[in-house]
Amino acid sequence: MSFDFTEVAVRDVSRHYGRRRALAGVSLTCRSGEVLGLLGPNGAGKSTLLSILATLLVPSTGQVYYGSHTAGQAGPALRARLGFLSHDLHLYPELTARENLEFFARLYGVEAVSERVTTALGRAGLTARSEDVVSGFSRGMRQRLALERALLHEPRLLLLDEPFTGLDDASVAALVARLHELRAADRIIVVVTHDLDVAERLLDKVAVLKDGRLVAFDDAHGRIREHYRAHVAVGDRCS
Amino acid sequence: MFLKVAWLVMRKDLTVEVRSREIVYTTVFFAVACVLVFAFALVKEGRPLEDAAAGIMWISVAFAGTLALGRTFERERHSETLRALMLAPVSRPAIYVGKLLGIVLLLLIVEAVLVPLVGLLFHAPIWNRPLLLIALLVSGTVGFSAVGTLFAAMLVRARSRDVMLPILLYPITIPVIIAGVRGTAALFEAVPAVDLAQMWLALLGFFDVVFVTLSLWTFEPLMTE
Repeated sequence: MSFDFTEVAVRDVSRHYGRRRALAGVSLTCRSGEVLGLLGPNGAGKSTLLSILATLLVPSTGQVYYGSHTAGQAGPALRARLGFLSHDLHLYPELTARENLEFFARLYGVEAVSERVTTALGRAGLTARSEDVVSGFSRGMRQRLALERALLHEPRLLLLDEPFTGLDDASVAALVARLHELRAADRIIVVVTHDLDVAERLLDKVAVLKDGRLVAFDDAHGRIREHYRAHVAVGDRCS
Repeated sequence: MFLKVAWLVMRKDLTVEVRSREIVYTTVFFAVACVLVFAFALVKEGRPLEDAAAGIMWISVAFAGTLALGRTFERERHSETLRALMLAPVSRPAIYVGKLLGIVLLLLIVEAVLVPLVGLLFHAPIWNRPLLLIALLVSGTVGFSAVGTLFAAMLVRARSRDVMLPILLYPITIPVIIAGVRGTAALFEAVPAVDLAQMWLALLGFFDVVFVTLSLWTFEPLMTE
């Protein structure tokens, strides 16, 4: 079954872990060709929201709509349209870069696996290291490989959890350029980040979370720093 | 597609193991150490305690199996790759079957070392009915691993997973262990009690069907947080 959508809508979503509330009544929307940034201090609920969008967590209350369907209605077909780059990268360190990509490509039913993987390795700048095991890669190399892994099946919704962590300036610039390409290709991109400089270059919308609540949701480009200063503790990242 | 996914997951697990050889070395070492300790305790002047061989063999398999289960899923926890598997648009029970097959194969390798050692140290007649012994070992291993794979996957994000796994696993797999021990003991008698061994084998087959079916049924809801 093929399934596609052009909008993701979070409707009054809450999530509790036992008695602890991680998210409370969050509602927001993101459409094709938009990059939504989730900002907020540590423990604000950003990664929880990302996991809910990725269908890895079920909301305690509320719903997420992918087009007109919920995750339960769309089933596994929805997962074929989601790409998730977690902070943990989701790569097998004992496998080579090529083996990692080939494994996930086959799992996602990607056609012409070999060519697709070769292209992905080229995009990650890892053609020369394709037969090396991932455990020998730097954080930046693994991050680039993990991004290509998440994009192998051309997902509609791309979820990125702190994708700029540990990258040098050149890698950050390359990743930002890649995300601009994906936005132009009508993907829906949701990024958790603490990097305000990158956020200002990349985001179309910003959602600021604090203590599990959505304290700001704005599509006005240029007010990201203002929202961050207003709602997130003033610290060294706000310079 | 179901079998293709199971094959992919199993092949990936075996490739990782061939590269690291971590689980097979540690479990074989652990199982051999276990048998040796029992041999020192129960073999006096070259004469082993009567009927001890079958029990010692299955206890070693169960202990080594618990170690293998823990280590296999520890790998998936390391880079949260189990979450990546759960995100894939494939049948989640197929992922379970792939993990199960990988663990069963690993344990069969351990048993290939363990059984001759038990035969040697405890004078167990392992060549009496080799095919029936293999059938007992395979079906017992499948039953034990079916429950173990489910629990190890469930506990992968739990802080106390190393403690919880045996606490949950052993009480439920006791019927499998008992059937394995009784069936193997029947084969190890001076005149092998083939009918009795076949009866225990049939019971093990029944446990396998029940445990695998229940695990396939419950894997998806248990893995959804």
